[in-house]
Amino acid sequence: MRVNFTVNGRPQEADDVWEGESLLYVLRERMGLPGSKNACEQGECGSCTVRLDGVPVCSCLVAAGQVQGRDVVTVEGLAEFAQQRAEGGCASGACGTAGAAGTTLDEARRWQAKGADSQTGEGVELAPIQQAFIDAGAVQCGFCTPGLLVAADEMLERNPNPSDADIREALSGNLCRCTGYEKIMDAVRLAAARQSEGV
Amino acid sequence: MDFLRPASWEEALAAKAEHPTAVPIAGGTDVMVEINFDHRRPEYLLDLNRVGDLYEWEVGEDSVRLGASVSYTKIMENLRAELPGLALASHTVASPQIRNRGGVGGNLGTASPAGDAHPALLAAGAEVEAESVRGTRRIPIDEFYTGVKRNALAPDELIRAVHIKKADGPQQYSKVGTRNAMVIAVCAFGLALHPETRTVRTGIGSAAPTPVRAKAAEEFLAAALEEGGFWDNGKIVTPSVAKQFAELCSAACNPIDDVRGTASYRRHAVGVMARRTLTWTWESYRGARNTAKGAA
Repeated sequence: MRVNFTVNGRPQEADDVWEGESLLYVLRERMGLPGSKNACEQGECGSCTVRLDGVPVCSCLVAAGQVQGRDVVTVEGLAEFAQQRAEGGCASGACGTAGAAGTTLDEARRWQAKGADSQTGEGVELAPIQQAFIDAGAVQCGFCTPGLLVAADEMLERNPNPSDADIREALSGNLCRCTGYEKIMDAVRLAAARQSEGV
Repeated sequence: MDFLRPASWEEALAAKAEHPTAVPIAGGTDVMVEINFDHRRPEYLLDLNRVGDLYEWEVGEDSVRLGASVSYTKIMENLRAELPGLALASHTVASPQIRNRGGVGGNLGTASPAGDAHPALLAAGAEVEAESVRGTRRIPIDEFYTGVKRNALAPDELIRAVHIKKADGPQQYSKVGTRNAMVIAVCAFGLALHPETRTVRTGIGSAAPTPVRAKAAEEFLAAALEEGGFWDNGKIVTPSVAKQFAELCSAACNPIDDVRGTASYRRHAVGVMARRTLTWTWESYRGARNTAKGAA
């Protein structure tokens, strides 16, 4: 089966997709976007969290055929997504200009975490939540980080001044096996504080 | 495997009639787990994501018609006043990611005894709107669950909506698990006071082969409240009444020992939840009553 959908603002096509295949598999194995992690495959861990038409979901529980014609943002596109949102643009790519300013698949594949001071002029600046995770030391083994970034970014979009309870609830579907939750909380608080100060 | 992608409800019914073995998939939070783990290889997957009206709800005079695919998140955000028990139950479902995808239609389709929505539906009172190319019927929620992961749907039927009675009094929901998120219920309990009819309804999850009501407990409590004039005098429910109500709720369970808990623990916990939810709902009823009296 063939599936056409938008990933990080760019139209994509996947061919010979098995009917029972998950969106996660298509992203990782067919599109070369391994940022979304494959761990539990049952929606318990949140490592595969992506935005589907703006809504955070576990991509392991979305059948590939269900994303036909829809819009997906992965951690690879998060920086661009956050930047467009900050500029007041159509971050979701769902407003008819998809592809005009998105991350290309090649750009996304080459994506690397780069601090603002090591910018080479290539790629894009990290999303505020990504920078906050680095600055707060919220990354240990890093496996849960992509899912946490997508989930935390979406919460800050909805709720710019979250309480600790709000943060815990928003991240309750993301497990960190290093149990580095305190630093993760710090990172989200830091991102929220920077956001409110307009830094 | 074939992936069927109907663009409308009529097309979905036609597809289900043609392929009765087709497995409907909406949020995918149950179906995809089974496929990912190779526990299930359906011949056909019937994707319902394109059927827009499954995502809509209407608030009527007496009930809410809740589309089968309305997500738990939407229920929490939009229907807390009309369906307080179900909104509380929705909040206990897994995690935000799962609540964004899953809905009551899937919970009913899977019909797991541990499904979080069931006790709330049983307590509020509900009917399942099932449809096939042969026609539409409404299945009372009490007749819907027929066995472990079995329901009253015919092979060619799909769940279109659930009609849930709007709350006419306080409702509560309680669930036992090892943490506050990502938990399959060890057991769960829903309670709804219905002051208009002076009745109470209950729902018990994960403590019998199907979700069940504790009917003897409901009848006992309704009689005790009536006899003591409690609905009118708004007095505190006496501890002996609460205790007996809890014991009757425990007695309505028919649990098993499994990895999540033992049968005796489940029976005990259901009694505790019954007593607590009775206290919470009754306090809320008294509070509302006293406020109304004060205003008058």
